Amino acid sequence: MKGVFMIAKQLSVFLENKKGRFTEVAKILGEAGINMTAFTVSENSDFGILRLIVSDTEKAISVLREHSYGISVTDVVRLRCPNVSGALGKAMDRITQNGIFVEYMYAFSEGDTANVIIRPDNLEKCVEVLGE
Amino acid sequence: MWNETAEKMSRVEMRKLQSTRLRNVVKHAYHNSPFYRRKMQEMDITPDDIQSIDDIVKLPFTVKQDLRDNYPFGLMAVPMSEIVRLHASSGTTGKPIVVGYTRKDLAVWKEGVSRCLTAYGVTKDDSIQVSYGYGLFTGGLGAHDGVENIGGTVIPMSSGNTQKQIQLMHDFGAKGLACTPSYALFLAETIHESGIPLEEFQLRVGAFGAEPWTENMRKELEEKLHIKAYDIYGLTEICGPGVGGECECQDGTHLWEDHFFPEIVDPVTLQPVEPGKQGELVFTTLTKEGMPMLRYRTRDLTALHYETCACGRTAVRMDRILGRSDDMLIIRGVNVFPSQVEAVILELPEFEPHYFMIIDRVNNTDTFLIQVELRPDYYSDEMNRMLALKKKIADRLLSVIGIRPEIKIMEPHSIERSQGKAKHVQDNRKLL
Repeated sequence: MKGVFMIAKQLSVFLENKKGRFTEVAKILGEAGINMTAFTVSENSDFGILRLIVSDTEKAISVLREHSYGISVTDVVRLRCPNVSGALGKAMDRITQNGIFVEYMYAFSEGDTANVIIRPDNLEKCVEVLGE
Repeated sequence: MWNETAEKMSRVEMRKLQSTRLRNVVKHAYHNSPFYRRKMQEMDITPDDIQSIDDIVKLPFTVKQDLRDNYPFGLMAVPMSEIVRLHASSGTTGKPIVVGYTRKDLAVWKEGVSRCLTAYGVTKDDSIQVSYGYGLFTGGLGAHDGVENIGGTVIPMSSGNTQKQIQLMHDFGAKGLACTPSYALFLAETIHESGIPLEEFQLRVGAFGAEPWTENMRKELEEKLHIKAYDIYGLTEICGPGVGGECECQDGTHLWEDHFFPEIVDPVTLQPVEPGKQGELVFTTLTKEGMPMLRYRTRDLTALHYETCACGRTAVRMDRILGRSDDMLIIRGVNVFPSQVEAVILELPEFEPHYFMIIDRVNNTDTFLIQVELRPDYYSDEMNRMLALKKKIADRLLSVIGIRPEIKIMEPHSIERSQGKAKHVQDNRKLL
């Protein structure tokens, strides 16, 4: 059983490690009517990088820029596969067999569908491999 | 060269001349200035103790506060009837610094400016627009007298009224521009905005000074105005602009040491440092009558080089001013100047030109944190890349200042922007 995939735009927001920073981002996006589909945080003692998939990327960029956030936009692979055991393993196997390194990944589910966000070191090749 | 005898004098001859002149100025100060006499008596020395230029280290230092304490005319060493001009520097705090010139002092000042202008390639055929402020500030009249002295044509614009500056510079075909480097940049931008093609201007030389500037600013000025941009150095306490200037080699500022004797001392111990080493610049006026300065501490940090310059001048060369000794911090025993930190941050394209330093002492060890901001294009989704930027700037700072600071990347616009003099340092150490 083969998964379907697409290229998604991911937003990364630089956050200083202090109280209330995430709350503020959530509030700004909420007030702009933007929905967070998925997110993950990578952090160290100084700062965090909040990575987001949102309902309206362009609008999210503009409201966050207005509020002086440091952001970057990255193309990532969004893989949708059935929410059953073993489905993700096959896709991952194909990626790693082809020498593609995954910088990071995170997952969320929508009903019967599992969604995996993959940030490969080589997006082009990853797309090619998954499309075969 | 304006004065080849002086500018190319052998080191041996120069030391001899400096020795003779030092003996004279010390005698003059001792006998005619109660201030210097008292200072020398306190150190138990008389003019007889000063025989050669090497004896200069026996003399007391003079500092800016001495000029304030003796406001307005307490440091004059001639009757006021001999003083033909006064200048003053405003100073942002306290009383102004006042200086008085005899006719001969003005002649020496003119001589200094003339040597600078000639070194920049300016001749009597050239017209020079003087856009330093005229008045109590030494810039305007100092440059003015120098241009007249070499027989050039002065365009005495003073500062301000930028549109008119550009129009007259264009219409009069000014070959040279004398002003502060920051005003020159402003003029350059205004010329570009005006739409007048640069080819219609005759400008080819800039004499810029009265504030510290960088190699990057030079590059920018030379590109934007199609000129050669030269440093002119000076300070009111010594005479004004013209204490020294660059030559065509642009490899250090020649100081006219037959009149203004420079020393470099360690700002903490006040002991002389070896030639070529950085420290605080100290001047003794060797020929000044009105208000001689003995070992005046400029607070400017630089280094001196005594090798003969490629231009043929033997006159000692000074590095660009690195900063002010008043701003110096001692962190883990290392002298750190905010200007060094600033220079590193400015040269790295990934970082905004804003920073804030926090120094503290934890468990008897100094901590040194620098807050920086990234430029918009350098934020990344990858933690490794962000950490690599921190490492890059910390490594660069380590190689320049000798200690490794802790770097904290801040959110955009969270560091206070400079309005005039920005506050860059917070020292939380309580020493006692």
